[in-house]
Amino acid sequence: MVALTPTAGAGGLAATQAGGPATSSRRRRRTGIGRGLVLLICGIYFIGPLVGAFWFSIQDKVHGGVQFSAYAHVFSAVGFSDAFMLSLKLGIGTVLISLLLMVPTMLLLHLRAPKFRPVVETLCLMPLVIPPVVLVAGVGVVLAWGPNQLAGTPLQTFLNAIQSGKTPWVLILEYVVLTLPFTYRSLDAGIRSVDIHTLTEAGLNLGAGWGTVTMRILLPSLRTSVLNAAFLSFALVFGEYTVASILQYQPFAVFIVAAGQTEGQLSTSLSLLSLLITWLLLLLISLLGGRNSTKVDI
Amino acid sequence: MSSIALESLETGAGTTVEFADVHRVFGSTHALDGLDLKVRPGELLALLGPSGCGKTTALRLLAGFDQPDAGSVLVDGEDVSRLPANKRDMGMVFQSYSLFPTMSAVDNVAFGLRLRGRGAGDRRKRAAELLDLVGLSEHLKKFPHQMSGGQQQRVALARALAISPRVLLLDEPLSALDAKVRAQLRDEIRRIQLELGVTTVFVTHDQEEALSMADRVGVMRDGRLEQCAAPSELYQRPETPFVAEFVGTMNRLPGSMVPGGVRLFTQVVAVDGVVPPAGSDVRALLRPEAVLVEPADGQPGHAMVTTATFFGAVTRLRMTQPDGQEILADVGSHRAADFPAGAQVLISVLDRPVLVRPESESTAATVPGRA
Repeated sequence: MVALTPTAGAGGLAATQAGGPATSSRRRRRTGIGRGLVLLICGIYFIGPLVGAFWFSIQDKVHGGVQFSAYAHVFSAVGFSDAFMLSLKLGIGTVLISLLLMVPTMLLLHLRAPKFRPVVETLCLMPLVIPPVVLVAGVGVVLAWGPNQLAGTPLQTFLNAIQSGKTPWVLILEYVVLTLPFTYRSLDAGIRSVDIHTLTEAGLNLGAGWGTVTMRILLPSLRTSVLNAAFLSFALVFGEYTVASILQYQPFAVFIVAAGQTEGQLSTSLSLLSLLITWLLLLLISLLGGRNSTKVDI
Repeated sequence: MSSIALESLETGAGTTVEFADVHRVFGSTHALDGLDLKVRPGELLALLGPSGCGKTTALRLLAGFDQPDAGSVLVDGEDVSRLPANKRDMGMVFQSYSLFPTMSAVDNVAFGLRLRGRGAGDRRKRAAELLDLVGLSEHLKKFPHQMSGGQQQRVALARALAISPRVLLLDEPLSALDAKVRAQLRDEIRRIQLELGVTTVFVTHDQEEALSMADRVGVMRDGRLEQCAAPSELYQRPETPFVAEFVGTMNRLPGSMVPGGVRLFTQVVAVDGVVPPAGSDVRALLRPEAVLVEPADGQPGHAMVTTATFFGAVTRLRMTQPDGQEILADVGSHRAADFPAGAQVLISVLDRPVLVRPESESTAATVPGRA
């Protein structure tokens, strides 16, 4: 530092030049080792259990060595396809309803009613502090109490409808609530990073209506945050166990636990498959979100 | 740059705009307090004023992003106060970069044309022409994040012009740009505006921008129009103390009225406009360039140089008189060496009529740095 000031003599400069590179090289080496250590610890923490699980799932307990029968049996396991399809349905349903509900709400909040933002934020973040088991206990009580107390009312019809049929709407609706914090946070971060006020006004100024502004200008600009919200919601639903189990449904997560009670290796291979699906989704979203343009047909 | 047939752009040349006793209140703030203003067909009118004076509110009312609490906004005599923004046919360039981030430059420009049902070929041709007009024919396919701020604002200008706006609205479009690009784009906007003859309202807090670009400048203060006049008139003959102090830099020199004019230093100078009675104390409003200085060369001086600030062609001298009164004078930079700090100087003023104000008249304005 001193050597860089005009008052430093040539000697000082030379001394610094001689010592500088060596010192900075040592510092760089130390920093590099520190980083490597942190990465190693993180790697062991995150990848270690996965490697262990994979190793467990391919061990041949009878003859020794390795075998992949657990993976070969995954797709033919009884109940696998039903559970998988149910989870898929729940995930897609939750994502669609969450986005249909939250995207317009968030845009309205930011554009038209910013003073209500703290209220909506608090409401949306509530599921983070209320354990799912508490939520589902409350829902369970209402579902048990409702049909008797509300007999003959449209509410009774509604309560019956969301529990019957092939699609468990009651689960989807509950998952919409559970995923609210993630949907809210993702969309909020996206909206804050884009000047939606100016974009909206620019669109209106050019003659676009609100629908066009939303669909052609705002949503494409918020694509990454919408995809993030969708991914987080889907991942949460795909791995959710508590609510589904208490309400006596058997999506993928419940199926894995059930399978684990009889076939440990199958259960582990299913868990790894579940992770793989999540990673693939993340990759897909990164690819989609990474595209910085949309093809607009002018 | 542009070789397009400008007549094909069919802009809103000839459109008049009028604010008739417009009021807009936000809570306890009267953003517009009875604004009356007429914009003539084809002219570029700049609204100039300090922050919070209501100039942006006026522009937003004209664009349709807000509605007046009272009064009317008229375009070609038609009251558009309640007309939605997307029905007004006004092209606007915003202060912040407003290009749609997921569209290329050509798509941005063509967006408004698509909404108007123009055919694909026509849209593309016209968008390309307009980008050529603003000097960006090489950047048709670029996305906003691949362009500089100046380029983005050019595309925004092309996009605003593409829809053949009745009125072009410019909301401090140059404020986010660096000085060189700002000066360049300023000239281009004016050139294009003159070529197209589109009625333009330009909001700015930069007086240099307003004075250099506009046909007329409206100076606003506290939601009202203080004065609206051609730049030279505004500069030479400010009607209110606020305008005098806000536009450019003004000395307020104490003087006394005598027969034939106002006595300033050793001179008697004619008075411009209303002449106060002889014997009254006044303040003469003098621009720094109207103050002449000479080295005292050993004589008792009128003032002492305290600082000299280099502005390129001219150097501004800040001087203090024996009574503590400060006075500013511009001298050619080639003469600046004659006036070092601490030098005694003799002061005179240009022999032309000056504006005077009664001594008692106060100003609420803060004098900006320089014009």
